[in-house]
Amino acid sequence: MKSYKSDKKYLYADRKDKNHKGKFLMSMRFDISGGNLDSAGEASSTIKSKLKQLGIGYSIIRRVAIASYETEMNIVLHANRGTLSVYVAEDHIKIIAVDEGPGIPNVELAMQEGYSTATEQIREMGFGAGMGLPNMKKCSDQFEIHSDIGKGTKVMIVIFF
Amino acid sequence: MKLKEIMEVLKAEELWDFPTDFKVYSAGAADLMSDVLMLAKENSLLLTGLTNTQVVRTAEMIDISAIVFVRGKRPESEVIELAEKLDIPLLLTELPMYEACGILYKHGIKGSSQVEILQK
Ligand SMILES: Nc1ncnc2c1ncn2[C@@H]1O[C@H](COP(=O)(O)OP(=O)(O)OP(=O)(O)O)[C@@H](O)[C@H]1O
Ligand SMILES: [Mg+2]
Repeated sequence: MKSYKSDKKYLYADRKDKNHKGKFLMSMRFDISGGNLDSAGEASSTIKSKLKQLGIGYSIIRRVAIASYETEMNIVLHANRGTLSVYVAEDHIKIIAVDEGPGIPNVELAMQEGYSTATEQIREMGFGAGMGLPNMKKCSDQFEIHSDIGKGTKVMIVIFF
Repeated sequence: MKLKEIMEVLKAEELWDFPTDFKVYSAGAADLMSDVLMLAKENSLLLTGLTNTQVVRTAEMIDISAIVFVRGKRPESEVIELAEKLDIPLLLTELPMYEACGILYKHGIKGSSQVEILQK
């Protein structure tokens, strides 16, 4: 069920979203700037409250909130800039994060619990446990990540109701 | 145990004016926010030595019922303002992490992994 590292699948999912815009109950898109720790988390905060307004169930909101916050923080901490998009459909929520940044040289390794390249400075700010990607995967029903070294990283998360 | 009792046993200070007459069932302690996101249950207490805005953001994401800053580390005013806006109680205790946790455990506050998920 849970797969990752398929680039084609990811692109298809993204394109499909664009063609079916009318079918979404709600879609949101946020620009995230790398390095900006003061406003980090604001997008996920907005996402969480919008989903609450839609009357979506508590445990779904919790999983979406954790997944979106971890993706948002990864863009802030590890990339230069990116976008975080959320699509709410009839039976699922999809989160797509695309960033411009250094990319991840070894995705398999990055997916392991405890693996982190975070600096001491990042650790002092409370990040760098190496739990972000594993937790995103844990919260999702479908998870895909694709990274191009020197270009950036794309993450797609689907959570079914 | 109610938050106001927790304040008493930890000799903790309220960092903004919030209600303290509600029950806390479990707690967790961490300085790395992804550990908090991985382990903590909703409506539990978070003890931490970290004092930046990300602590409040993390607490918001998983509906932490209150944050306890240990070892007398006082957060900046914008951190307190954000918590007030999000309605997250903040406490400050002079006790170091180990002692604060030990006291709460002795008073029957379970670890987050020892309790069932409690809905609000
Ligand atoms: N968007 C990204 N761009 C570049 N590198 C990334 C990105 N996301 C993750 N990484 C790399 O993968 C590693 C593991 O990411 P993960 O989110 O699991 O842990 P972390 O961010 O280091 O720490 P934590 O999420 O626990 O605070 C990171 O340390 C980083 O090297
Ligand atoms: Mg991370």
